Amino acid sequence: MKAVFLRRTSALLLRQFYLLRVSPARIVPLFAWVAIDIVLWGFITRYLNSVAASRFNFVPAMLGAVLLWDFMARVMQGITTAFLEDVWSRNFLNLFASPMSVTEYLGGLVLSSISTSLVGLVVMVVLATVVFGLSFFVYGAMLAAFLLVLFLFGISLGIFGSALVLRFGPAAEWFIWPIPAFISPLACVFYPLATLPHWMQWLARLIPASYVFEGMRGVLAHHAMAAAPLALGSVLAALYLLLMARAFTGVYRHAVRTGLIARYSAETVS
Amino acid sequence: MTDTATNPILSVSQLRKLYGETVAVDGVSFALGTHEILGLLGPNGAGKTTTINMILGVLEPTSGTIVIDGCDLAKRRRQALERTNFAAVYAPLPGNLTVAQNLRVFGLLYGVKRLNERIEAILDEYDLVRFRDTKCGVLSSGEQTRVALAKAMLNQPRLLLLDEPTASLDPATAREIRATIREFSANNDVGVLWTSHNMIEVSEVCHRVLFLSRGRILLEGDPRSLPAEHEHETLEDLFVTVAREPLTIRRTEEE
Repeated sequence: MKAVFLRRTSALLLRQFYLLRVSPARIVPLFAWVAIDIVLWGFITRYLNSVAASRFNFVPAMLGAVLLWDFMARVMQGITTAFLEDVWSRNFLNLFASPMSVTEYLGGLVLSSISTSLVGLVVMVVLATVVFGLSFFVYGAMLAAFLLVLFLFGISLGIFGSALVLRFGPAAEWFIWPIPAFISPLACVFYPLATLPHWMQWLARLIPASYVFEGMRGVLAHHAMAAAPLALGSVLAALYLLLMARAFTGVYRHAVRTGLIARYSAETVS
Repeated sequence: MTDTATNPILSVSQLRKLYGETVAVDGVSFALGTHEILGLLGPNGAGKTTTINMILGVLEPTSGTIVIDGCDLAKRRRQALERTNFAAVYAPLPGNLTVAQNLRVFGLLYGVKRLNERIEAILDEYDLVRFRDTKCGVLSSGEQTRVALAKAMLNQPRLLLLDEPTASLDPATAREIRATIREFSANNDVGVLWTSHNMIEVSEVCHRVLFLSRGRILLEGDPRSLPAEHEHETLEDLFVTVAREPLTIRRTEEE
């Protein structure tokens, strides 16, 4: 059973590899925008370090935050881009008439996302460390936990975006791209959660990424952090992943019931 | 010889599909035996593609059952679809992948054993060797149809669904494809469900036909004898009557 799952998910990964290796239009976005972000924020943090009266080091606090946030966005886009390849090539009928299950399809999207988001992560890490002197040692072992929570949350957002497009048709693609920007105020990427008004703090506590950035600032300020909040963030991220996978499956079943899978370009069968 | 009664590859029972209050398919039942090519005929909107989509598992029936090679599609979807494949003019393979890449991806999805060998054999069989590294999107429609057929044969399905498989082909290629499908059906324990608007082709290829009209099976029989049984000269004449005056045919049946 595991072999079958791996074979089918690897088919989608292979498809993504075939598309990437001959397409600059697909390769460049894997690293270009995140590289520009790191360069921009690298210079901003350098400037802030030079003018700030305190000895506070903005590089790990802000550049590190940008890197982690961009990693999460790349994971999300890795899922949605792989999904949109099937929208753009009108491939749903061929795919879903095959023995592949929805779980295997989502597994293939996750594998594709891991491979593409790693490219972005490596480029960001190299730039941030070599050019701007960001040291990941300051985060200690917590870095792995930060990446795990953001990875799970990015996957959840990607599946959510894909479900939106599957439900509302190809034009709903425009719902996907602003998702990270929409939740970034609540993720508290650059400021402590306490900065938000009280009612927004409650909303922010529902966003797993907020625990990561609070934790990151805690590590930088006190060289330690409470494990419990990050554990809560991990549980939330895992919960969202399960919920979004169920939501995608529900939307898929609706599409099979109404005939939308077979007539997807029509956007609606009503 | 076909074997419909004792060993059906496909068994469809009381299949029904409603879209709101619109009835697309209304209590369709039929079986498809080994070595049999069954023609599913009818005017546009008769319910042919809806029926095929339900058999492919991409459209859920409102009621009824579909059993493929002993596997109930609703309960054992994976096993049923591993034994099935299809080609349709409205489902081309992704145009941004080459022929060989598409066959490899779908070969993995269908769990084809010794995939490299199978791809080479199928490229050769469908005269696609020279297009191996050509993107499907730049092939002519006829070549794309051959690729879709190659993908449909990749897993050596027990049930093959072909929705107007020769619609984009020139007469010479269409004849070759018909011969290939006939040979495939005769030499393997398979069943083929074929839709076409080309009645000469249907008479040549199909052992049996079902005429669908308004979601119901109106007529069933041998395409070579059916026209005479209903006082028509050709299958095409009968088709036109079914399309324009289905109630006349129903009265004929009742008589």
